[in-house]
Amino acid sequence: MNTHALPVKLTDAQIEEFGRELDAMREEVIDSRGEADRRYIVTLIRIQRSMALAGRILILASILLLPAWEHGFASTAGFWLLLALGTLSLALAKIIENMEIGHNVLHAQWDWMNDPTIQSGTWEWDHVCPSDQWMHSHNIRHHTWTNVLGKDPDIGYGLLRMSAAQRWKPFHLGQPIYALLLALLFEWGVAIQELELGKFFTKKEHIETVGPQLRRTGRKIAAQVTKDYIAWPLLGVALTLPFALAGVGPSLLTVFLAVLGAGAVACLARSLWTYLIIFCGHFPEDVHVFSKAQVENETRARWYVRQMLGSCNIGGGRLFHVLSGNLSHQIEHHLFPDLPSNRYPGLAVRVRALASRYGIPYNTGSLTRQFGTTLMKIVRLSLPGGGAAAAA
Amino acid sequence: MMQTHPTPKPGFARKALDAVTRLTDSFSYPLRLSHYVELVNPLWATHAMQARVEQVWDETKNARTLTLKPGLNWRGFRAGQHIRLGIPVDGKHFTRTYTISSPPEREDGRFTITVKAIEGGTISHHLVRNVRVGDYLPIGLPHGDFHLPDAQPVSPLFITAGSGATPAMSMLRSMIAQERLVDTVHIHYAPHEFDVIFGKDFQQLAREHPRYAYHPVYTQQIGEPAVAGGHFSAEQLNRLCPDWQSREVYACGPQSLLAALELHFGNAGRARHLHTERFRAAFAEIPAQATGGRVSFARAGVQVDADATTSLLRVAEQAGMNPPHGCRMGICHACDTRLVSGCVRDLRTGKVHNEAGSVIQPCVCASAGDCELDL
Ligand SMILES: Cc1cc2nc3c(=O)[nH]c(=O)nc-3n(C[C@H](O)[C@H](O)[C@H](O)COP(=O)(O)OP(=O)(O)OC[C@H]3O[C@@H](n4cnc5c(N)ncnc54)[C@H](O)[C@@H]3O)c2cc1C
Ligand code: FES
Repeated sequence: MNTHALPVKLTDAQIEEFGRELDAMREEVIDSRGEADRRYIVTLIRIQRSMALAGRILILASILLLPAWEHGFASTAGFWLLLALGTLSLALAKIIENMEIGHNVLHAQWDWMNDPTIQSGTWEWDHVCPSDQWMHSHNIRHHTWTNVLGKDPDIGYGLLRMSAAQRWKPFHLGQPIYALLLALLFEWGVAIQELELGKFFTKKEHIETVGPQLRRTGRKIAAQVTKDYIAWPLLGVALTLPFALAGVGPSLLTVFLAVLGAGAVACLARSLWTYLIIFCGHFPEDVHVFSKAQVENETRARWYVRQMLGSCNIGGGRLFHVLSGNLSHQIEHHLFPDLPSNRYPGLAVRVRALASRYGIPYNTGSLTRQFGTTLMKIVRLSLPGGGAAAAA
Repeated sequence: MMQTHPTPKPGFARKALDAVTRLTDSFSYPLRLSHYVELVNPLWATHAMQARVEQVWDETKNARTLTLKPGLNWRGFRAGQHIRLGIPVDGKHFTRTYTISSPPEREDGRFTITVKAIEGGTISHHLVRNVRVGDYLPIGLPHGDFHLPDAQPVSPLFITAGSGATPAMSMLRSMIAQERLVDTVHIHYAPHEFDVIFGKDFQQLAREHPRYAYHPVYTQQIGEPAVAGGHFSAEQLNRLCPDWQSREVYACGPQSLLAALELHFGNAGRARHLHTERFRAAFAEIPAQATGGRVSFARAGVQVDADATTSLLRVAEQAGMNPPHGCRMGICHACDTRLVSGCVRDLRTGKVHNEAGSVIQPCVCASAGDCELDL
């Protein structure tokens, strides 16, 4: 019997068996979660916070090396070196915080520990979008309706045409530029998408719900902006002020701009990185998109198949996987969104073998391949058509 | 004229501190400055309180005293009160309650808890055997109404058994430190003379303080199974403490002892003078024909069979879940959840609840037929 509408050469019964094998893998991991997993996340959180702190301190310390101090160690090169190191440390901390820690904690991957300090319900992340709002649309809408046209908000983020099956509009001509802007301001793009402002103009009742949401997001944004772009630069100014009054040292404006710039570059680096990784998750060549009809009456096993066909992995080393929040194991993440991310590398080996046994495509490739084909798609689909190149 | 006190306004120092905290937290949003301070020294953190294990000492073959140094947010306590302790075991965080066994007057800012490994217990064994000096454990603030009156003098009679010695030890040492130890009698039940929590300390205190009379009662002899008359009886009480009718009684021990005491002091019309501390909830008699049933945990998607006596919290834990909990004896409501459908029995009262949607405490409820919980 064959009632499913998925692009795989398997019978209904075979798909169900495939699903049972994945369920068994999931059970195995759940039963073996333990102290080693706890140590992983607790240690990572400690390292991440230390890096953030070290970054901030290095950035402030770099001020001391500005040539204007005219002491023995002062030099332009030393200043830039320290500033760059501090910025790097801060950027990496911000990346890890959003990707491997925040995203995964919010997926309830660590709730099983029952540790009151690491719970999806109370975790707030270093991001302009309040975590509970993000959790709702990401965990529920994107993960349930992955790559289903008209259902998954993440297909092109309501901005880009990422599948030939999406109707072309003249607006899409500019999409290489929109994509670039989105990369630069990814964090903000996500926050705006959560608010579903589009509905604001179409549905009246949305005004009532969007009001309080907007206020909360506004407060979150204010606190984030204060920290990164006001508080730290002003601290640098405050520390140099006594000297400036005495007529020694660098100008207060230089100090303010140096600290501000470092924070801004760290945020920008995170934005570009997360964009890079996330766009490799569901857009590279050969990924499948689905119609609403294809997911009618979907069983759990078929949902698994759809997740596999609609997600793409990126190859890389251990550090790369941590920095990508293990979204480089996007397939495993979509099959098992609530299993601890440190288990994805181990699961990937098994899932890939399973996929090959059942003859289901397993989309993985280098970062260059995955991002390159995504870029090509963005450009190609800015023009009408493109079915042969990009459609499933 | 008595002056009425308006609700105290936060003082200037408090307000200033709050303002400073708000300012420093704006550098670390969405975390707090304290999260970064924690990296330097977990005891300086103020967003959550931890304690460092400073020393361990075996009291008996299966009981150990842990000396803990609490974090900055620690506050004073009354002798006899207890704290909640968070313990990670196999990656999961559990909570258990332990009485502080040292007096509040201790001067080095540390306190002790004394834990007895319960046979078949999940956590106590881990605390007794696996916790090491230098470990950090999350703790809560002291709580509890089992303590001596702050000021008015009482002549206490302590009746304790096993690890129930802990509050008595704290109270005794506290009274001694305050130089207000009045005529005190202590009856302590323990298996045999080499298996007494604080056995040596109590004897030492009795030698040093003539006003403290210590009566150890051993319920076994080494090599022999049980001692006749070892357990509590009216005759024994009359013999060891003839003036029990005029004392305030502080009792802590297993349910069987506390039940016997409640009966005895109740019959003598002195129930109001009997203060008890329970380490686990007192359960009502369960009808012999009571049966358990199939328990479904809706959110976890877990289904298991359970009997009529095991608490649903335990059933969930045995099924590999780790639902929130605190006291595990029906006091703190940390475990509250909704009964989606079916029937459960409150083990304390024996009453059966079957109202779908009502809030129940899984730590003191067992299944009374099939049931489904919102866990
Ligand atoms: C206010 C308060 C103060 C406490 N102070 C102390 C203290 O100072 N020292 C101390 O060692 N414990 C104390 N306890 C008991 C402690 O909180 C734990 O219940 C105990 O350590 C058992 O935990 P566990 O995880 O090993 O057992 P669990 O896994 O919770 O229980 C295992 C089995 O043992 C039974 N059980 C649970 N507790 C006891 C008990 N006390 N005696 C006999 N059987 C039991 C359970 O019903 C169950 O069947 C106190 C409890 C309370 C509520
Ligand atoms: S755990 Fe405290 S009431 Fe149940």
